Amino acid sequence: MAKKKKPTLNFATDWSYAPAPESTDHVTIENRYDLFIGGKFVPPSKGNYFNTINPATEKRLSSVAEAEKTDVNRAVKAARTAYDKYWSKLTATERGKYIFRIARVLQERAREFAVIESLDGGKPIRESRDIDVPLAAAHFFYYAGWADKLEYAFPGRTAEPVGVAGQVIPWNFPLLMAAWKIAPALAAGNTVVLKPAETTPLTALKLAELLRDIDLPPGVVNIVTGAGNTGAALVNHPGIDKIAFTGSTAVGKIIQKAVAGTDKKYTLELGGKAANIVFEDAAIDQAVEGIVNGIFFNQGHVCCAGSRLFVQESIHDELIDRLKDRMETLIVGDPLDKNTDIGAINSKMQLKRINAYLKIGTAEGAELYQSACAVPEKGYWCRPTLFLNASQSHRIVQEEIFGPVLAVQTFRTVDEAISKANNTPFGLSAGVWSDKGAKVFKVSNQMRAGVVWANTFNKFDPSSPFGGYKESGVGREGGVHGLLPYVRLT
Amino acid sequence: MISFSMPASRTHPLAEVPTSPSVDQTGVEERVARFKTRSIKENAKMGALELILSMIDLTTLEGMDTPAKVRQLCAKAMHLHDELPGLPQVAAICVYPTLVGTARNALTGSGIKVASVATGFPSGQMPLKLRLAETRSAVSEGADEVDMVISRGRFLRGEYTYTYDEIAAVKQACGDAHLKVILETGELQTLDNVRRASDIALYAGGDFIKTSTGKVQPSATMEVTLVMLQALRDFYRRTGQIRGMKPAGGISTAKLAISYLVMLRETLGQDWLTPRLFRFGASRLANDVLLQIAKQRTGVYQSADYFSEA
Amino acid sequence: MKKPVERIPVQKTYKLYIGGAFPRTESGRFYKVEDGRGKLLANMCQASRKDFRNAVVAARKAFSDWAGRSAYNRGQILYRVAEILETRRDQFVAELKSQGLPITAARGEVDQSIEQLVYYAGWADKYQQVFSTVNPVSSSHFNFSILEPTGVVGILAPATPSLLGIVATMAPVVCGGNSCVVLASETKPLCSITLAEVLETSDFPAGVVNILTGTRSELLEQFATHMDINAIVYCGDDAAELRVVQEGASLNVKRVVHCTDTVAADPYRILEAQEVKTTWHPIGA
Repeated sequence: MAKKKKPTLNFATDWSYAPAPESTDHVTIENRYDLFIGGKFVPPSKGNYFNTINPATEKRLSSVAEAEKTDVNRAVKAARTAYDKYWSKLTATERGKYIFRIARVLQERAREFAVIESLDGGKPIRESRDIDVPLAAAHFFYYAGWADKLEYAFPGRTAEPVGVAGQVIPWNFPLLMAAWKIAPALAAGNTVVLKPAETTPLTALKLAELLRDIDLPPGVVNIVTGAGNTGAALVNHPGIDKIAFTGSTAVGKIIQKAVAGTDKKYTLELGGKAANIVFEDAAIDQAVEGIVNGIFFNQGHVCCAGSRLFVQESIHDELIDRLKDRMETLIVGDPLDKNTDIGAINSKMQLKRINAYLKIGTAEGAELYQSACAVPEKGYWCRPTLFLNASQSHRIVQEEIFGPVLAVQTFRTVDEAISKANNTPFGLSAGVWSDKGAKVFKVSNQMRAGVVWANTFNKFDPSSPFGGYKESGVGREGGVHGLLPYVRLT
Repeated sequence: MISFSMPASRTHPLAEVPTSPSVDQTGVEERVARFKTRSIKENAKMGALELILSMIDLTTLEGMDTPAKVRQLCAKAMHLHDELPGLPQVAAICVYPTLVGTARNALTGSGIKVASVATGFPSGQMPLKLRLAETRSAVSEGADEVDMVISRGRFLRGEYTYTYDEIAAVKQACGDAHLKVILETGELQTLDNVRRASDIALYAGGDFIKTSTGKVQPSATMEVTLVMLQALRDFYRRTGQIRGMKPAGGISTAKLAISYLVMLRETLGQDWLTPRLFRFGASRLANDVLLQIAKQRTGVYQSADYFSEA
Repeated sequence: MKKPVERIPVQKTYKLYIGGAFPRTESGRFYKVEDGRGKLLANMCQASRKDFRNAVVAARKAFSDWAGRSAYNRGQILYRVAEILETRRDQFVAELKSQGLPITAARGEVDQSIEQLVYYAGWADKYQQVFSTVNPVSSSHFNFSILEPTGVVGILAPATPSLLGIVATMAPVVCGGNSCVVLASETKPLCSITLAEVLETSDFPAGVVNILTGTRSELLEQFATHMDINAIVYCGDDAAELRVVQEGASLNVKRVVHCTDTVAADPYRILEAQEVKTTWHPIGA
């Protein structure tokens, strides 16, 4: 007897969503930006500028200054002067009030920041509007409140600022990472020199304008744009007391080595290859949503992305069917369209890396599956991708791809899941899906990861500490623990 | 005499129904929130509005309903807003059994269906014998569709075989009429219960599963609707059978209805975007949709003064 | 030559603040508040026990929604109160001055009130981190203790400072998710109702804060004995009054707080209106 055709669902419907573009005419992007040092925009010493483009259209958005060693030096000096002469002398309450201002004005200008974030970096406007910008404002609001309450944060200790912090942030959450770095630093009484990523400098520069508008004392925050050389100059500058770096594990190791022998404090928030573990007793549809959120949020450009799916073997087929159905409804496209789920890959280079992994995975023997969605012609795009039947020894399972690519493996027992999840040099995050509370606590207790999401994924809050075990980094951001790196305790 | 006792040699058909998956409420709420961020504009919005109109069951279920009230509702159904040409018709009128005949006569030749509530609507607190008699009566009066209520007390006590059996019995009493099974999700309270009741209703033969009577708060919500749509989807994938769904009560704005349509599209896809398989149980929704259609066509915001009440 | 016409000011009516509205006292009674030189400043409502009863009903109704808000949201609302109070600084300074305070002191009191609101706005999403614990029990259980707001709190605000005294007692209570009924300073009540206007325009949900003006001698016993109040904050140093509060509290085991330093900004104020809930859950597959 012929096998009955498996009932399928058709998501290519006659009723499709019309373009719903976010308006950009209320947004101001200057033709060119200088460096923000000592409360003013100043030209770079050698007069060099580089372009920043929109990865969805490959069109130029603006030019930003390239900071040389001399410029970095100026910025560090300005931060030091601001610290010595003003910031360290201000009462903690007044310091907090400046940071509250940042939070409130960021809320007032939220839409402009969201649009520029999407234009510059490629992430969907829905995410920058609903997640990045609100979280950034909330982060400033949270830490503003700590400024005059440090005596309660560390039992038995008095907290003093460290001094001048040098901060280097990545391109995947440009504004949010700037908030994660600047807010606790200022709250604890430090001053800052921050270098945004070279492909996404714009929201940091708009933030600089905001800081100037709220009358933040000059030099308390300085923004120096540039690429790897600028970052190295900042990290290596002797006038920096503390380094905060978020980026790749490779560069993190370089930094850790570079500061050996110095007194510099440092925190590193590096790469990850998180295990997302779904047990047979999970609420299956919500687990699918968590998987989707875990790997396709922000095009998978997330250090804590749930990039290794572990499914209990008994539910594998059923779960993958549902996952594939869900992937059919994900819209890849113009980041400024309000219906876009997956935006542009941040840069040509990153897309090349991802495509290289797609080849590697196929060559290694994993089964590649992509949704059937259309992608625009110009720009950098990657469809949501699964690698089925992946194994622990595959490179696509061991190495961080940093794209919308999920490696899928099965497991049979709780202990096997725990063991495979931990079998990696990374340790940033993990996901556990089960309806059984005791199991959730047992598994999360044994995850060697700094953030464990149980029956949810990719949840962030300024009060919730974030950071990795092992090669995913050292130190925590967010919450009380996020103050520790920015204080000296006596 | 109707008896539900089974001979010892047979197992109850409920044993064939797969265990319902558990549902995480927070996860459902987050998925729903994401549906609501979809921005439906221009021709997509127009298409949605017209589709919604064609899916409405215009409803009157008041203790004080009279034949005249029902005739006026039917007149509205047949002339939603003559100033706007090319509008689709609503799917059905929904009334109490005593007014089915009136509705039938008033709708002659229109193609609009007559749906009747039955089985002791809205509480269902009535002996099964009488509920079945009411069902047969409504069908003989001319109802094309019957909206029944399940016995929530029995269900909440865990008497799932009873739930299965009462639905199967009402389905039988319907004859050719379509059966919608009202779960009364506001009384079921948890999404786990909604899912379990949905699965039982589908396997017991319900053509549609419906959220609520509209007499209990909360009535339809996007959360319970999503869970019910997922039940439909899993039922289809397991059995190949296609059934429908109706949220009722609490959907009074076009904007909200469009979010429901987005949810339907992204959960079940093309084949379910039809009044054959999806209905809105509503009364005020129709006029809000008409206002939005008029606004789309003319470009100006409208006033309720210009649209007839039902 | 014509004399310039003097502009007649529109005089303000001071009412009570209950359930997000400004009703008059149901008793119709009033008492006069005069400035130091015998000039009438206002006819204040003399709240009755029925007004008080209504206020407690409003506070109870508002409680579960307020307690259910995110800490971030409560913090934002308190910060908004600070924003609005800052904008109306001059009005409050003038009102304090009219009730006899020298202008420097008046300015200082308003500024401190604003700072305290900012202070507690910043505590809303932090006190839980400071006062909660995860407890290392010896059985295989995850065990944690968290704070929960106690419910409806009755506050007998100090006679002076008349504005800061309300802010300093009310802010930590609502910061922690409670709702409250406040009896304002009897002798200097003006700012309490103007503060109510600020609260009402600051996104505070109706009923979270209710403010009554009237006489302490009449209402103290009501506050002390009401069975639907969970905690009572008494500001003052009258031993007899305190005794009434403590004895009345025993009817339903109200938490009693004797507030001696009425202006200190202190997270332990938040703790005073919180319960501690400890939960156990097994760890194991």
